[in-house]
Amino acid sequence: MTEQATPLVEMKNISISFGGIHAVENASVDLFPGEVVALLGHNGAGKSTLIKVLSGAYRRDEGDILINGEPADIRNPRDAKKFGIETIYQTLAVADNVDAAANLYLGRELQTKWGTLDDVAMEANAREVMGRLNPNFKRFKEPVKALSGGQRQSVAIARAILFDARILIMDEPTAALGPHETAQVGDLIKQLKREGIGIFLISHDIHDVFDLADRVFVMKNGQVVGHARTQDVTKDEVLGMIIMGKVPPGATPGPGAMKVA
Amino acid sequence: MADTVHTTTSSGPKQTGGNLVARFFRATEIDTRLLGMVGALLIIWIGFHFLTGGLFLTPRNLWNLSVQTASVAVMATGMVLVIVTRNIDLSVGSILGFTGMIMGVLQARLLPELLGFNHPAIWIAALAGGLIVGALIGMLHGLIIAFLGVPSFIVTLGGLLVWRGATWFVTSGQTVAPMDANFRLMGGGAEGSIGATWSWIVGVLACLAIVAAIINARHQRKRFAFPRRPVWAEYVLGALGCAIVLGAVWIANEYYWPVNIARRYAQANNIAWPEGGLFISHGIAIPVLIAVAVGIVMTFIATRLRFGRYVFAIGGNPEAAELAGIKTRWVTVKIFMLMGTLCAIAAAISTARLNAATNAQGELDELYTIAAAVIGGTSLAGGMGTIAGAMLGALVMQSLQSGMVLLGIDTPFQRIVVGMVLVIAVWLDTVYRARAK
Repeated sequence: MTEQATPLVEMKNISISFGGIHAVENASVDLFPGEVVALLGHNGAGKSTLIKVLSGAYRRDEGDILINGEPADIRNPRDAKKFGIETIYQTLAVADNVDAAANLYLGRELQTKWGTLDDVAMEANAREVMGRLNPNFKRFKEPVKALSGGQRQSVAIARAILFDARILIMDEPTAALGPHETAQVGDLIKQLKREGIGIFLISHDIHDVFDLADRVFVMKNGQVVGHARTQDVTKDEVLGMIIMGKVPPGATPGPGAMKVA
Repeated sequence: MADTVHTTTSSGPKQTGGNLVARFFRATEIDTRLLGMVGALLIIWIGFHFLTGGLFLTPRNLWNLSVQTASVAVMATGMVLVIVTRNIDLSVGSILGFTGMIMGVLQARLLPELLGFNHPAIWIAALAGGLIVGALIGMLHGLIIAFLGVPSFIVTLGGLLVWRGATWFVTSGQTVAPMDANFRLMGGGAEGSIGATWSWIVGVLACLAIVAAIINARHQRKRFAFPRRPVWAEYVLGALGCAIVLGAVWIANEYYWPVNIARRYAQANNIAWPEGGLFISHGIAIPVLIAVAVGIVMTFIATRLRFGRYVFAIGGNPEAAELAGIKTRWVTVKIFMLMGTLCAIAAAISTARLNAATNAQGELDELYTIAAAVIGGTSLAGGMGTIAGAMLGALVMQSLQSGMVLLGIDTPFQRIVVGMVLVIAVWLDTVYRARAK
């Protein structure tokens, strides 16, 4: 990994509070191109809130977001998309009743010169993108409802890729999936890495993401406990960070690290 | 990835297997659900034909049926979009009444004073006035639903009362009549039909359009080397479409003007009264043409435009649609505006047909419209429905009604039957969908 390069995303000292409660306090994370960074923590640890600041769903109270070293002003999801940030939601945010191509282009449909939908062109591009991501995907004409969870997730991911996402946020991407489909999404993530896309994986289950991630950031009570390269720590040590906030020797402590003598 | 291997029904022309019938449906891509409705309709028609001793399947009855269906069919096309987005519109009957009353007052009272009686611009001005009022009412409903967050059930339930009351208020309950002579053409009748020659012209044009659409679709798929239907299937579809269109034209042309009207026409135009009587074809009724045109436009909107895509996406998953950057609230407002406009079109048809605007016009139409859409396969859970299905649904409802009138069944019993049919139809549909899964 080229640690000297400019990070794709740098979130510095982000704080956000809701009604006096600090959901995220002074949190800093970064992400490099072609890197998978896992954001771990219990439910309510603030990881989803932190990442929603990046995806534009929440506005930060304090702190800076740098994209490719440049300060980025992200106020809503549309702004985030302009910076190439796309989010894959845990609830499989696809419209069930329309086909894959329609989902890929939802909100950004291709139109013919008459102003009508260019379904054929959309299907052609959909076939191309899906062929790259998931060559076994053949069911272009059926409503997404008829697809398996893994296939639907690949539709959601393809949708992000189609719009030149540089930064992908995946919030519990495998939470709704079975083991077989989880493996499918894992393959997808590796494929995206090779294409130089930076990925934030958010999860409360370390087993889902440990093998996929290059680095982990652990959050607890709205603060970053610490971060580490996955090769430098064990799963148990990361679990210790998640549960107790105890930072192992292989990790870099953050502001939320347990104060021990 | 074993689950991704099996191919689709529609993109696998190489598939063999299955019996002949199954292969036929796969190749032609005919919607079996829609076909089931056509089957049900035919059963209803043939059943009534026998029960009434051959009164049902006559050109006259079928022609009347088409005219009676027009108004509800027009509204049903809009109701599909409303229900697809998980909303409901209970106010369509009252909007019909109100816009009908507005159009009636405009053409019978206000405009003649300005322009003179039967001025050729009156019908356009009255219709335009009604359409604008309908769109504004729909917009108001849509804005309240989308931006104030009041459920559509409540907003339109309020609308049901408000606009019915407003209809009364406009003329203090008086019926407005007669309508402008040109306006009346929209209601059908001997005058409001386009005659044999024009009907054939329309029929032939429709056939050409069907063939052109099939060729174009094939060409488009060829451009990107997608799987195509087998050629014979295209021929079958084209032939079937043309046969239905030309058959309908033929039936409409087989219904001749009643003797009295024909005699009056002959006298007025100095035509000698022939021996066996004068046979002047009705041809396609103008309200039916309006309804078909509305159906085509609405199908275009629903399937070929962004707006339609958004409507269905919102129905399938409102959150996903919102996250995709769709302005879901404005789409809702536009849907209700469209619905209001369609109510005004339906009002024009029904006031023109009745040759009067009454304060009871369109009462219970909201229920027939919703029933038509639901029988036509629109899912109340949202996300599913077709315009053609809803129009067929309207035809099924009207066929039942009309058949029971021919049988001399009393009004209360008619309602009982229609109500039961609605429930049974939806139950059958639920069974069908559960099995299709």
